[in-house]
Amino acid sequence: MNQMLRTIAFAGFTIVSAVAAPKAYDFKDPKGVNAIQFTLDSVLEPIVGTAGAVEGKITFDPADVAATKGEIEVEAASLTVPNAKMTEHLVGADWIDAAKHEDISFEFSKLDSVKSISEGKWSAIAAGKFTLKGVTKEVLVPVTLSHLEGAFGKRINKPELGGDLLVVRGVFTILRGDYGIQPGKNEDKVAPAIQLTFALVGGAPKA
Amino acid sequence: MTPAPSTPPTESPLPPEKTIAAWRILLRGAGVFLMLYIFCVWAAKGYHRGWSQNQVPVKQVDPITEIEFVTYEKRFIPGLDYLGGGLIAGSVIFAATFLGRRGPKPDRV
Repeated sequence: MNQMLRTIAFAGFTIVSAVAAPKAYDFKDPKGVNAIQFTLDSVLEPIVGTAGAVEGKITFDPADVAATKGEIEVEAASLTVPNAKMTEHLVGADWIDAAKHEDISFEFSKLDSVKSISEGKWSAIAAGKFTLKGVTKEVLVPVTLSHLEGAFGKRINKPELGGDLLVVRGVFTILRGDYGIQPGKNEDKVAPAIQLTFALVGGAPKA
Repeated sequence: MTPAPSTPPTESPLPPEKTIAAWRILLRGAGVFLMLYIFCVWAAKGYHRGWSQNQVPVKQVDPITEIEFVTYEKRFIPGLDYLGGGLIAGSVIFAATFLGRRGPKPDRV
């Protein structure tokens, strides 16, 4: 009898653990949707571009959203603006220096001020370390998280795979001078503030 | 009979006719043509008042996640830098035709 109870308890614990355990969401999107958009004002029009080579993992548990943590990396050389010459300047040594500083990253270990917006959707503040051009600074990033249960397989036309998706959206602003990008230079031509907007999807296939 | 006094050779009352060299006319035409061509290309491609674009961002939406993302189409949209560059080049060509002498060389005494 005791043996049976122990077996049932163990099975129950295993099931609960499997359901409630935080899952790691991979942000290397197979559909290539993930990108970070950057906007900075300039003389003729705002310079708007994207950085598309996004990778990283975020560990998320819908039962404990505050414990969400992870790291997102973007390949600096993937920065693109519609003008080819400008792209060349942007990734060059005077600006991002993508050859020397290959990655732009954001790492956070928890979420603050978590609020539920609707079912499967939360707003929060991710306090973490943002690294650009080899300079790391603490930043606060307001984010919204959407947990799409069972959508992983559906999105890649294989619904039998199951799995979940996590969509993370946010906007924050940095000063390029803080990261050694032409500090104090050409501010009349290119604004010192860079707005970063992101909408990223991570997938966690069914275990 | 006294001989008639010799009169000095009379000068023509009209100034010498000024002509424009053919190469100047051609260059002037080329300058104007370049300016018009650049303007027409810029206008035909949408009067884009920003920087020229070698690849054009196209917004798309992922149906499941509703994430709006950008893909790039390889095509050229001329901007104000293209228009300005073309107009300056055309003006320089046009203005070059006014440099140097235009009339016949005056005779040296």
